[in-house]
This record gives sequence, C-alpha cells and structure tokens, in this order.
Amino acid sequence: MLKRVHFPASALPYLLVAPQILITVIFFIWPASQAVYQSFLIEDAFGLSSEFVWFENYQVLWDDDQYFDTFWRTIVFSVCVAVLSMGAALILAAFADRVVRGATAYRTLLIWPYAVAPVLAGALWVFMFNPTLGIFPYMLDMVGIDWNHYLNGTQAMMLVIIAAAWKQIAYNFLFYLAAMQSIPRSVIEAAAIDGAGPMRRFKDFIFPLISPTTFFLLVINAVYAFFDTFGIIHAVTQGGPANSTTILVYKVFNDGFIGLDLGGSAAQSVILMFLVITMTVVQFRYVERKVEY
Amino acid sequence: MVENRPILSVVSHLVLILGVVIVALPIWITFVASTHDAVRMTQVPIPLLPGSHFVENFKETLFGTGLSSSAGAPVWRMLLNSMTMALMIAFGKISISLISAFAIVYFKFPFRMGFFWMIFITLMLPVEVRILPTFEVVANLGMLNSYWGLSIPLIASATATFMFRQVFLTIPDEMLESARIDGAGPMRFFWDILIPLSRTNIAALFVILFIYGWNQYLWPLLITTDSDMTTIVVSIKQMLEAAEQSPKWNIIMMTALLAMIPPVFVVVAMQRLFVQGLTETDK
Repeated sequence: MLKRVHFPASALPYLLVAPQILITVIFFIWPASQAVYQSFLIEDAFGLSSEFVWFENYQVLWDDDQYFDTFWRTIVFSVCVAVLSMGAALILAAFADRVVRGATAYRTLLIWPYAVAPVLAGALWVFMFNPTLGIFPYMLDMVGIDWNHYLNGTQAMMLVIIAAAWKQIAYNFLFYLAAMQSIPRSVIEAAAIDGAGPMRRFKDFIFPLISPTTFFLLVINAVYAFFDTFGIIHAVTQGGPANSTTILVYKVFNDGFIGLDLGGSAAQSVILMFLVITMTVVQFRYVERKVEY
Repeated sequence: MVENRPILSVVSHLVLILGVVIVALPIWITFVASTHDAVRMTQVPIPLLPGSHFVENFKETLFGTGLSSSAGAPVWRMLLNSMTMALMIAFGKISISLISAFAIVYFKFPFRMGFFWMIFITLMLPVEVRILPTFEVVANLGMLNSYWGLSIPLIASATATFMFRQVFLTIPDEMLESARIDGAGPMRFFWDILIPLSRTNIAALFVILFIYGWNQYLWPLLITTDSDMTTIVVSIKQMLEAAEQSPKWNIIMMTALLAMIPPVFVVVAMQRLFVQGLTETDK
C-alpha cells in the first residue's frame, strides 16, 4: 500500500499524522482502555474509594436476568428493523429498477429520510402515534384497537421499530438499486428469452445475484440498530414502559449516567466493544467480495 | 425493461407511489402541524391539510424562546450551534484524514503501519461504547460547553482516511516522478497535485460528513449543559418532554422542520455527490 515512488523519511510524515493520532489516542484509545480498567473496579457508594475486583462486574451481569432480557430485546429489535427496512427497500428497488420513466424522480423522493436525524425520526413518529392526538391511534380506534405506547410495552417496541426502519429505508434502497442496476442486462434478457417471467427472474436471477449486497446491508443495519438508534429510544420511550424498549446502548447510558454504576456500565461498554469489533471484522472480511458497482 | 408488460408497469408505478407516500407521510404531517395554531393542534382529529399560520409560527419559533417551559436558547441560536458543529466536524475530518492518508501512502517512515492500525481501531470504538470515560477526558480538558468539545473528539476518522488512501493509490506514480523532476517538494505536490485530483471525492465526503455532524445526538447531549450551546437536534427531545405540560405541537413541529431542512436540502441538492460519497465511504 506504499507508493513505489515515495518520499524519504523525515520529520514531515510524523507531523502529518500527528493530529489524527493525537485525537485517536486522547479521545478513543485512552477512554476505551479506561473503560476496560473501570470494568474491573467497584466503587463504594460515595465514590470515595474503589476496589479491584477482577471479573465481579461481569459476573454480576452474567447473573442478571435483566441484562439477558436486554440482550435478547436488542437482537429482536435489530432483526425487526433490518427485515422491515430491507424488505421495503428491496421491493421498492425491484420496481424502481423496472421503471424507465421517472426512475430518478422516485429515487430523489425516496432517499431524503437518510438525512433526518434518528431523534427527529422518533419525534415525527411519536407525534403521529400520540395516544390523544395522533392520526394513527385515531384510525386504530375506529377498528377497535386501543393504542397507548406509554402504557403498552409491545406497542412502544413497535413504535421504535417503525421509526428506526423508516429512516433506514433510504440507505438500503440506494444500495439495492445500485446492485440491481449493475447486473448485466444480457443475463436478464437471456432469462426472459428462455421464458422466465418477472417473478421468476427476480427469484432465480436478481435476488441471488445481489446476495452480497444483502449480506453487506445486514451487517450495516445491525450496527445501525445496535448503536445509532439511541436517539430514537431516548426521545420516544426512554427505554420504557417498564424497560420494554431498553436496548444495550441505552442501558449503558442509563446505568452509567443516570444510575452512576461506573463499574457495571464499564463492563457493559466492554461487551459492546467486542460486539462492534466482531461486526467490523465480519464486514471487512466479507465486504471485500462484494459486487462492484 | 426487458419486455413490454403494460399492467406490470402500472403496478410498478403504483407501488413506487405508495412507497413515496409512506416515506413522505411523516414529513407532510410535520409540515401541516407547523402551519396551524396551537389550539387547532389540540383538537382531534388533527388536520391533514395545511393551515394559515405558517409565517406566524416560523417567527415565533425562530426568534421567540420556542416553548416557554423549556426555558432554552432561541431556536436561531441552536441552528447556529448545529451549523458550526457540523461544519467543524466535516472540515476537521477531511483535513486531518487528507494529511494522514498522504503521509501513509507517500512516505516511508518507521511506525508507518503502526499508525495505520491505530487509525483503523477508531472504527471499532464508536462513542456509544466509551461514553463515560470520553466524557471524563473532555471534562478534564475543560472542553465542556464549547464548540471545540462538540467537534474535536469526533473528527478522528478511519473511513475518511481509508477513502483518501484508496484515492491516492489510484493516482499514477508518474505524477510524483514528474513533479519531483520539476523540483516540487512534498507539500507542493500535496497542494498542487493531490488536492486538485481528489476534489470530487472531497466534495462527496463533505456531503456525508455534514449530515453526520448535523445529526449527532448522544455526544452533544452529554457535553452541553449550558442551554446556549445546545444543538437543534438535541433540543427536540427537551421539547417533546415539555409537550407533556404545554402541548404546543405547532411550535415543536416547526422546530423539527427547521432541524431537518439543512441536511435534507444538502442530500436533495447534491444527490450525485451524496450517492458517490455513500457508496465510497462504506466500501
């Protein structure tokens, strides 16, 4: 990765990497190592002294049913968000790929939610689902469904899933559309000549050919649902009612900043770090084989 | 299109229109809510067509205190904060990534790969997994409630460094050879050859990073306690809380609208660069 023709060593390259490296060390590596260190400590109730306890904080998490519930909930949440938004994006991209006239207009109209901050997406949807004012509870009431996500945990979960999936449709759509447009026309035409109808072509040709994109998007959506949806949860439900929408990231924030349980929060951070590292490795190992657009 | 199937074409358009409607519905409801007065917005069912109070709400939101109970800074101030933070993050990330990619690709020096891996590691440490210790570092450096604290800790960027590295690797070696024959030093080569050659990549990345910076939530939430430093995106949450006492939904939704206009405008106006930036950075 070094250029064959390059400059000789001097002080200059060190000066050039210095800003990036300084920020990385001060704001990334040092805090992360602090998190690892703190995860082995327990502070007393007044924060005056702390004791080195090895893996006790992890042991506490391991024995904590609530933590397992949170873990499981995060996975359910991520799978629902990924399936919902990737499914919708796949359908829209398949039809957009067919349309000759107006394809770019549709694209423009479908991609802008990417620019909406997660917390704003949450605000828009919580307004539409406001139990007294919202348009959807009003309509649901007509068919006899009583909507109140402040009291009903399942409904609260559905609301944050919808808000999170809505925001991500744009991203998935763009990548699916690009993948479909990169399939050589001749392949699809040959299939058509052999008598494969549109459904058959989608099922047996287009979908298998874009599977690398599907895999890539699965990883990206999992990372998004795990980490970037904090704003939605924080604005819409604050993890409630009764923890029914508390996901892992929200729990780290809540235990650390609100509950001030430093050791426990740090141990959770370290577990999250391992998750991110795993996902990044998976992404880098397999994305290399991704189709070229 | 492979074959002519009129019915399928009609169905395609119908599905796409339905998709656009579903995607656009929240923004339409928000817009409508921002054009009515506060009283109308407390009556069920809420309106689905715009009212006549848009200008009035706009003025009250931008220059008034927004919601009296939130006692926050005026909205124009928060927009200014968001804009400053987003621009600082975008410029900062691009500048430091350009020079570090330049060093890694064009110089041979001890610890070169070590530095490269250190930058790579930042990819695996999002703010969310090191919330408390990073907050402590920033507090100890006295950077709470400042633009520096809002932007500097976020401007290290592995993805941007990788992208520029990729771009530099595609530039032919003959460029450097001829530049050296003409007597250009490293910095001259950087300014006069590398920067002009990567101009569209810089622009594409800028679009993505501006949106990234503008939409930051957790970080500004942690380090701004002074309401004068709050960003518009963070203020939405406070307004939603205040809404439980005084439901001025017209003002809240106008604020939400103002908060999403700059990044949405950037995406729609610079669509080509946006798509390029998105596919390049995530590769």
